[in-house]
Amino acid sequence: MFERIRTGIIKKTGIAAMSLLAGLAFFLVSAQAGAIDSFNGLSGEIRISGGTAHIPVMKEAARQIMTANSEISISIAGGGSGVGIKQVGEGIVDIGNSGRAPSDAEVEQYGLNLFKWAIDGVGVAVNPGNPVISLTKAQLKDIYSGKITNWKDLGGKDSLITVYTRDESSGTRAVFWKKALDKGDIVSSANFVVSNGAMKTAVANDPNAIGYVSVGHMDASVAGVALDGVFPTIDTVKSGEYTVARGLYSNTKGDPSGLTKLFIEYLLSPEGQQIVVQKGFVPVN
Amino acid sequence: MTRVTQQTARIVFFISAAASAMAAALVFGFLLVFGFPLIGGGEFFSLLARPWSPGQGLYGFLPMTMGTAAISFLSIVFAFPLSLGTVCFMGGLGPARISRLLDGFVRFMTGIPTVIYGFLGIFLLVPVVRTLFTSAGSGMCILSASLMLSLLVSPTMIIFFKDGFDSVDFRYIRAADALGADSVQRLIYVILPGAWPGIVTGVIMGLGRAMGDTLIALMIAGNAVHVPGSILDSARTLTSHIALVSASDYESLAFKSIFACGLTLYVLNALAVIAVRRLGRKRGQV
Repeated sequence: MFERIRTGIIKKTGIAAMSLLAGLAFFLVSAQAGAIDSFNGLSGEIRISGGTAHIPVMKEAARQIMTANSEISISIAGGGSGVGIKQVGEGIVDIGNSGRAPSDAEVEQYGLNLFKWAIDGVGVAVNPGNPVISLTKAQLKDIYSGKITNWKDLGGKDSLITVYTRDESSGTRAVFWKKALDKGDIVSSANFVVSNGAMKTAVANDPNAIGYVSVGHMDASVAGVALDGVFPTIDTVKSGEYTVARGLYSNTKGDPSGLTKLFIEYLLSPEGQQIVVQKGFVPVN
Repeated sequence: MTRVTQQTARIVFFISAAASAMAAALVFGFLLVFGFPLIGGGEFFSLLARPWSPGQGLYGFLPMTMGTAAISFLSIVFAFPLSLGTVCFMGGLGPARISRLLDGFVRFMTGIPTVIYGFLGIFLLVPVVRTLFTSAGSGMCILSASLMLSLLVSPTMIIFFKDGFDSVDFRYIRAADALGADSVQRLIYVILPGAWPGIVTGVIMGLGRAMGDTLIALMIAGNAVHVPGSILDSARTLTSHIALVSASDYESLAFKSIFACGLTLYVLNALAVIAVRRLGRKRGQV
């Protein structure tokens, strides 16, 4: 019915098969008219937690569903990808979101099913007042490892760089660390913030800040920085030009059923994917 | 009938007292048991002295221990004169009407959730610190956190200080008045020495609150994992560290290390209480 990936079983060799599955899933889902109608006459609760990049889409999907059917209540909490995976695995929530594919060990331990419904870039962000709008990957690594400490070395004004990063449970951090820093060091004096929203607030308020946020979260309050000449935008993420990108996943323990299943079907339906586009992410289909 | 009632009351109160004492002991035992893999291997003490860098397999929490010590100590340094001054004002130096108003306000302040202080800190205090001190970088630093934290602990300290002030025998005060002492002399020579036990308790309670608070430090201290070199450095407390790490993978070593972290916080808190009591006793004997 929909894309179901067990990373433990299907590894890199299965990518072709996966995209085929995804295509098939989309075809089937789009065949049924109005995914939101499937909630008609139902009632109950869906509990969601985890990845903070997912929240705008989750909120909008929940709003649509709860407006169409007031008998359904959907609660959405953050906490980060690690929290989402853990809580869904322990049955505390119905859907645990993660901005990275859960590890083989996590899938194995909790019996998770993964549903990827969007692709998101992770962009470097600075304060809008900062004249530096482009960095090379080497410069970025030097900033994060503490080798470059002043904006003037990068063509900016003479002031110390404040480095912001996310906590270890963040999927955004995991992707940024792997794909932008090539698993390089992050200087120990870096400030830690706990969500994409908090990162945006911190960077928007600090003229000397550098941080990283989900492309879907970027707005006028922060300035996206081009990495090796490519700006982090939906278009460059979509075309694959901007490489610091990841899938956004919703995970369930075992096969989803009832409202949880309908919610995931809704995310993957044309209406759901429309929300994905509207919130600044790249749809999977 | 009254005998039975008394007996029942005694048992009920004994059970509640025992339960709360047991809870504290149980928490300690729980931390010991879960932290044992680290303590048993002798690794616990090396954790105390090491930096935190999970990428390189280092799970030490020296930076956080220093962060907690610096932030809580500094917050008491800020809060102590503030609280003592307020209590002196309420306890005789100021007009009674305003004192009563102040008393009500302080009691109201104890109920303000700590997240409110954190939130105010981000939008009001942090930008000020950032503009005042250029070396403070983001403005999220020990100074910001301890200033905000001193606001959180002051009401607690004021209430205990005031209890101490109120417990001073009224006859002594009358005697001082009869000897012709003015209000400042009465305060310094009679009330303050008499209120000393209350002041010590107030400092202990304040320190406990400062060490135990998570949100203010988490929101405005910056959470950097280095040993802070100045009060304008970003720092992470043990409590924010536990909050940050407990969100990561349950099976990871990083997660297991936070039990040792909790144990350190527990011990640090106990040591602080003992130290304050010791200091207080010495002063009391003079």
